[in-house]
Amino acid sequence: MNLELLLPELSLLITAIAVIMLDLFTERKGLLAVVSIVGLAIAAGFAITMWGTDPQAIFNNMLAVDNYALFFKLLFLGIAVLVILVSVDYVSKFVHFRGEYHALVLLATLGMMLMAAATDLISIFVALELAAISFYVLVGFLKDKKSTEASLKFVLLGGIASAVLLFGMALTFGFTGTTQLPEIALAVHEMSAQGLLSNPGLILGIVLMIAGFGFKIAAVPFHMWAPDVYEGAPTPITLYLSVGSKVAGFAVILRVFYSAFALPETLSLDWGMIFAILGAIGMTLGNVVAIQQANIKRMLAYSSIAHAGYIMIGLAAIGLSIGLSPTTDTLAPLAQSSILFYVVAFALADLAAFISVIVISGKLGSDQISDYAGMGKQAPLVALALTLGLISLIGLPPTAGFIAKFYIFSDAVNNGLLWLVIIAVLNSAISAYYYLRVVKVMWLNEPAREGKVPSSLALRLALAISCLGILLLGIVPTIVMKLAEMATSMFGF
Amino acid sequence: METVIPNELVWLIFLLPLLSFAVISLILRPFFSNKPRLSGYISISAIFGSFILSIWALTSILSAPSHELAIPDFNWLVIDSAITIHLGLIMDSLTAVMLIVVTLVSLMIQMYSQGYMQGDPSYHRYYAYMSLFTASMLGLVMVDNLLIMFVFWELVGLCSYLLIGFWFHRPAAANAAKKAFIVTRIGDFGFLAAILLLLSKTGTLDIAQLHSLAIAGTLAGTVLTLAAIGIFLGAVGKSAQFPLHVWLPDAMEGPTPVSALIHAATMVAAGVFLVARMFPLFEHSEVALLTVAIIGGLTAIFAATMGLVMTDIKRVLAYSTISQLGYMMLGLGVGGIAIGIFHLFNHAFFKALLFLGAGSVSHATGTFDMRQMGGLRKVMPWTYATFLIASLSIAGIWPLAGFWSKDEILLSSINNQPILFYLAMVTVFMTAFYMFRVVFLTFGGQYRGDNSGSHSARPHESPSVMIMPMVVLAVLAVGSGWLNVTGGFSQFLGGGETRGFFEGLFHGFTHTLPGLPIPLAWISLILAGLGILLAYAIYSARWLSAERITRLFAPLHMLFSRKYWFDELYEHIIARIVLLKGLFAGLKFFDSRGIDGAVNGIARTTVATGRVIRKAQTGQLQLYGMFIILGVVAIILAMYLSG
Repeated sequence: MNLELLLPELSLLITAIAVIMLDLFTERKGLLAVVSIVGLAIAAGFAITMWGTDPQAIFNNMLAVDNYALFFKLLFLGIAVLVILVSVDYVSKFVHFRGEYHALVLLATLGMMLMAAATDLISIFVALELAAISFYVLVGFLKDKKSTEASLKFVLLGGIASAVLLFGMALTFGFTGTTQLPEIALAVHEMSAQGLLSNPGLILGIVLMIAGFGFKIAAVPFHMWAPDVYEGAPTPITLYLSVGSKVAGFAVILRVFYSAFALPETLSLDWGMIFAILGAIGMTLGNVVAIQQANIKRMLAYSSIAHAGYIMIGLAAIGLSIGLSPTTDTLAPLAQSSILFYVVAFALADLAAFISVIVISGKLGSDQISDYAGMGKQAPLVALALTLGLISLIGLPPTAGFIAKFYIFSDAVNNGLLWLVIIAVLNSAISAYYYLRVVKVMWLNEPAREGKVPSSLALRLALAISCLGILLLGIVPTIVMKLAEMATSMFGF
Repeated sequence: METVIPNELVWLIFLLPLLSFAVISLILRPFFSNKPRLSGYISISAIFGSFILSIWALTSILSAPSHELAIPDFNWLVIDSAITIHLGLIMDSLTAVMLIVVTLVSLMIQMYSQGYMQGDPSYHRYYAYMSLFTASMLGLVMVDNLLIMFVFWELVGLCSYLLIGFWFHRPAAANAAKKAFIVTRIGDFGFLAAILLLLSKTGTLDIAQLHSLAIAGTLAGTVLTLAAIGIFLGAVGKSAQFPLHVWLPDAMEGPTPVSALIHAATMVAAGVFLVARMFPLFEHSEVALLTVAIIGGLTAIFAATMGLVMTDIKRVLAYSTISQLGYMMLGLGVGGIAIGIFHLFNHAFFKALLFLGAGSVSHATGTFDMRQMGGLRKVMPWTYATFLIASLSIAGIWPLAGFWSKDEILLSSINNQPILFYLAMVTVFMTAFYMFRVVFLTFGGQYRGDNSGSHSARPHESPSVMIMPMVVLAVLAVGSGWLNVTGGFSQFLGGGETRGFFEGLFHGFTHTLPGLPIPLAWISLILAGLGILLAYAIYSARWLSAERITRLFAPLHMLFSRKYWFDELYEHIIARIVLLKGLFAGLKFFDSRGIDGAVNGIARTTVATGRVIRKAQTGQLQLYGMFIILGVVAIILAMYLSG
């Protein structure tokens, strides 16, 4: 048993417990954030030392320690640090349960890290539930009407989604006889050799799994919880759901479909097309409905539904590239790494946007876009950061969003998905409208009242990090692209 | 033999204005807000530096073999080592010409702005944007890769958005900025689609490689045509060609020097430049080349008709720009790079001058409405003289700059596209008419301005900081065309023949073309002269009554002054009815009846009962859950139906 391979997770777990204990004994609640960040940093340190080593399996092939998992683990740890930073002001308003808040954020992070590493249907499900249950509680943390309502909806719908997912996993197990991804791949291959592939049970299992995972990534038509929950949840948690939980969902999907259902090629073509269509519907619906939102959190919720659609273009490209040229899978790692690049770019842009929203709405006490009038004058730096985030979400140069879209679109074109790319490009045009509306309100409209909007050091630090990231990825994308390529070329299991 | 410009200095040409942008926005604006003039000085010095370096680059390229400098590049983006995107520069004759145009015009306009923008509270911001705008345009003309070019292309669009909306407290300005941005983006999709298509079919976006692939015939057929049309669509948006011309007239809401820059050297020139840069692709696709010529020729006459009836001086100039851009496209389509770019080169100077003149007039009178002007000839002699020169030049009067390039376009179109040639001839007449209508209404007769209002009742000449750049541009508006009298300019851009100076000077008057009774130059001059005469007859001598003519041609006047109802078509029918009412409302019904409505329903019930658990039982959550299951069913059905 190589427990040292689990050091990042273990240190995070210990930190979570330590935070709860500390909460009992200290009056200086600011320490909780400090301890959490130190714990996250230690976990990240362990993860970095493992980067580049040979892939290994632990717990009877339940989890993999490979570059792919480490890439996501580091991403989640980084996002978690920013979430803790931006929560500092928010949490200081709570009277009770500050320790629990931090501990739950850490546990959600742990769940997502395990999701990225899981190579067995059972461990995937357990990791997914660990993250989900932490989120259910966090969403309701404000304990006001909206927050409680959001939490309850999230629990109930999440329960349905989990049931669907589990049903899909059970069917898959029933027809393949195993829960381990690599062995599922072998079993599926064998079935196809015997001509049993059109077995409706297996297909149903796969579709149900797509639905279950689709809930996680807020893919249309499994997205309905997202706007309500995003609106009601504490904004730092909305942020975490949008960038963390969604990315974790993609991490799982990519691993499951690439390692278990890649071959035979007809199967890849099938799920590739499903993702292509879901992506087209998702981005269109997300963008069009986002136009009509007056609440910025709801707008960003629909925007993130749309971005899930864009990322699914990458999944579709992988499916088709395996399906079209099963022998020469030279293109496949390319499409995977562009998905990884996209999720990083999306996370950074969404972070910048949500952190700015936390700053501005925190002061205004309102999430209405019309109340953002004149922020260019009242909080020029924050407004600039929000503008940068939105520009990156549109996908304009010189930001990360542009490069990310470029990578993913060119993969899709290379795999014969020109129609999908045309839809996506048109969608980016539609999206420019509602993103720029916020920019216009901030810079061009007169402020409703006088005075500056202050922001704490922690918030400004978090904002600066995400903005630098956006520009860095936009101007020198090669660094992160190299890491993404390393991560996907060493797919362990 | 002069020394060749070092590579580092070539990079500086576009880095200098970029640096100036950074210095102004990061240092001057926050810390020296009480010293606005500093930012003007910095920005002007930077662009002056770029101008000097551009001249050096030009002389180096002139003396270089095959008119090209090799600049070492470096890798910017490596996709799986299969596709590498370099960050490099092309320094050929086309770039050199564009560099001179952009830096010189921008320099003049920025000097002029010191007077025009004096006392504006956002002086820093103005110069910051100006620097960024110029830097992006310089980057656009220099890079050697389509993807990077697209980056600069978007930056140019972004800067024009910022500058058109510069006076954002005016709602018209904010709306115009948004319109410009959105309309040009429609064209940008064509461009982006072409980029993706080229990348997937050839694996490269290097412009020189694409050229050689097109020339070698590897890149041919439908792919080439589609790519060329996509690229042209981008140019149609940026260069305000029909049917995406609607944004340019509204873009007048920006400060006038910005309009001058947009119209003369940066934004709209980018489209023409793009077609010229990718010309080998067009050359090998007849369909694409014909499309360019037809759109250009149609735009030229179409925009000119609207210019006939506008009462706002800047709007007349805006339509004249669209019309002249049409000429350039026509020139590219029928004649090639040398002819199209030669017109761009000449147009940049006289159009910048016209706008600066209009700015000077409005500086004096406080309005752009020509009905409120008149009689300015006496009080503004410099403005009048320079504006007159520019008008003669754009009307194509020998031997001013406009004559030379316009004649070459006409000459090539008569050989290739006779119908477009006749349209272009009519446009010559219209151009002369509407320009001199402006001249007579603004500078002739008596002052009709309002005596009340904030501006003094007595207009005055503008300060010399504004007049000097206009004089420089006036000299260029006279002389820039002479560069090609001997055919030197065309040859530099790789086309045309050489002749002696005096032979060239009178060439157009002595050579009759087949099918024409008298030499071409005489015909175009007579048409232009008739246009001027008609304008004189109506607006100065008043032999003919403008009102009566308007009444006589009421339907036409209506058609022109309402701009063929294009704004209404786009805004009401397409944007409002088709998109909002149809598509969006349909989707909204799906999502908001089902979902948003549900949320509101829950919220209302919540207020009523105040009980958490009740909320889950309003039936809405079940609906959400239903959708999950329905989604699964739909996917399965779709899979089985598709087999």
